[in-house]
Amino acid sequence: MSAAAIRVEGLSKMYLIGERQPYKSLRESIMRALSKPFRGEPGDEATVWALKDVSLEIGEGEVVGLIGRNGAGKSTLLKILSRITEPTEGRVELHGRVGSLLEVGTGFHQELTGRENIYLNGAILGMRRAEIARKFDEIVDFAEVERFIDTPVKHFSTGMYLRLAFAVAAHLEPEILLVDEVLAVGDAAFQKKCMGKMGDVARGGRTVLFVSHNLAAVQALCQRAVLLRSGRMHLYGGVDEVVSTYHAEISSAEASLSARQDRQGDQRLVVSKLHIFPLRGNPGDTVRTGDDTVFELYYENRCGQSVRNLEVTIGIYDFLGRAMTFLENAPTGVRIDTDAESGSFRCVVPKLPLIPGQYVVNLHLKEHMTIIDWVQQALAFTVHDGDFFGTGKQTFTRVGGVFVPQSWAHRAHGSSQGEP
Amino acid sequence: MRLGELWAYRELLYFLIWRDVKVRYKQTVLGAAWAILQPLLTAAVFTLFFGRLAGIASDGMPYPLFSYVGLLAWTFFAQGLTQSSASVVGSAQLITKVYFPRLVIPIAAVLSGFVDLAVAFPVVVVMMWHYHVWPGLALLALPCLVLLGLVAAVGVGLWLSALNVKYRDVRYVVPFLVQIWLFVTPVIYPASTVAAYLEGWGIPAWVLGLNPMAGVVEGFRWALLGAPTTPGPLIASSAVTGLVLLVSGIFYFRSVERSFADVV
Repeated sequence: MSAAAIRVEGLSKMYLIGERQPYKSLRESIMRALSKPFRGEPGDEATVWALKDVSLEIGEGEVVGLIGRNGAGKSTLLKILSRITEPTEGRVELHGRVGSLLEVGTGFHQELTGRENIYLNGAILGMRRAEIARKFDEIVDFAEVERFIDTPVKHFSTGMYLRLAFAVAAHLEPEILLVDEVLAVGDAAFQKKCMGKMGDVARGGRTVLFVSHNLAAVQALCQRAVLLRSGRMHLYGGVDEVVSTYHAEISSAEASLSARQDRQGDQRLVVSKLHIFPLRGNPGDTVRTGDDTVFELYYENRCGQSVRNLEVTIGIYDFLGRAMTFLENAPTGVRIDTDAESGSFRCVVPKLPLIPGQYVVNLHLKEHMTIIDWVQQALAFTVHDGDFFGTGKQTFTRVGGVFVPQSWAHRAHGSSQGEP
Repeated sequence: MRLGELWAYRELLYFLIWRDVKVRYKQTVLGAAWAILQPLLTAAVFTLFFGRLAGIASDGMPYPLFSYVGLLAWTFFAQGLTQSSASVVGSAQLITKVYFPRLVIPIAAVLSGFVDLAVAFPVVVVMMWHYHVWPGLALLALPCLVLLGLVAAVGVGLWLSALNVKYRDVRYVVPFLVQIWLFVTPVIYPASTVAAYLEGWGIPAWVLGLNPMAGVVEGFRWALLGAPTTPGPLIASSAVTGLVLLVSGIFYFRSVERSFADVV
């Protein structure tokens, strides 16, 4: 194995969550200083370890994926490696010039033109002026914005803006590259281009640490992967092994859904189970495109208070994290009140229109403006090939997002034979 | 103080200044003319109320010229202080996403004020020509005085910008501070008036220089308008406080910057 480019030992990061806002008013600080003799030390605030005792070593030229649920510590780890924030404990060794890409378009200014923003953004990402000038045409070309390069970016469409932002970032050439979920940008064609560019970077001998929810992308780009779970390193090994472990983790969410700690809301109701299965079948059965499909959500009422006018949302996202659709009771005119100890909500989607593939579900319970329970990535499920159009033929579409019912007709005008 | 790192990031400093300058007057009707109008209109008001009506002395110089030159130095300082104190919090987006020496932010905020100073400066030449006032050799000291103004603005800016991250009270303190600071600085009145009063109490005039801007403002007048006496002790004590502010500001900023990304 080659020399280590990144070495991390016993890395931990603690955040205070007790205070509503991390910054203080002067009055508060003075009051605290004055009252200190009469109170305990301020260490009694609630703390959370975003990262706990993580050690890992990444060799020079290795491309490593970093996966895990939201809140598992992926972004915190990247921020520490990028020197944006300091670890509470542990040490980091980096051998080589580091470039980090935690979002695209950092420092873009709405009033400046595309050209000006390329220089500004490049400088912020750590590129030299000469380097930016050299790559300028390539960047503009990649972003496909030649015609608008001297227009303020506030007049850009979202797509153009993101393409330009990604293009600048993609031309960064550090020895160690840290990337956080920046591929889900633009339309499908541009995403393909981004993936291609990332592939070039990955093969270019650079050390890359790559965070993504796009497991297919991680598998395509990385040889090895790290799985973080609640701030701890759960697994570090070959990418296929790690991805399948992670997939099992989110697929078996049924068992662990009620045990999930990273939920938000006041928790008057807690979602304990979610089943997705065909209406003419049982929980656990395969879901196919075109089947009438049941989304059944079980809840527990742990504090005995009643909830009026509950709004339930089941958000369905594809593997790139793009929102596909939201199943919601409120817009359909169904009112839900409950004071039961437990129960379930059942939503039936006739002729499931999702194209075959992998999907992730976010759950959200709300009463008026108050969040009751919110679980992100509560469940992953797979939609298999099916007979959407009821023709007895399987669908093989893998592009686009959904099937829509449609009818076709052909009417011919005139005849190629001429009038008889 | 790891200032070498700052040098390595000089291009970023340049681009941030360039961005501030570029953006400042976009979508304004009068554009960079604001850089002239602000001190000019203020000088006009001062001339009317303080020079004419209140009859405040101006060391024998024409009051409009006296107050405009003072305001030139003052505006650079006040703008720099105001801009830089809000700069770190205003750059939260950058701080939480990219690493670079954080010192770049408040320094760029002060330096971008140089352009305004340069735009407003030719008006002095026109006024001098109008009033037939010509500078002497003291003019050579002007760059040093500008530098001293810069040191003072960056020094105070570093303190305030770092404090602002933790204590958002700073936002409310700054306008108030700038107002009070204007009154205790010899912009409206000459330092000689206060010096005479202080000497009545047996206090030496250089004490005034503990306010670094006193030395800069008086120095500007001396360098440009050829005041009869060199305000040497005043400038010297201002230089000392200016440097103390700068060095302590750098140390304080450095000591708290590691927590910026978590707090801002």
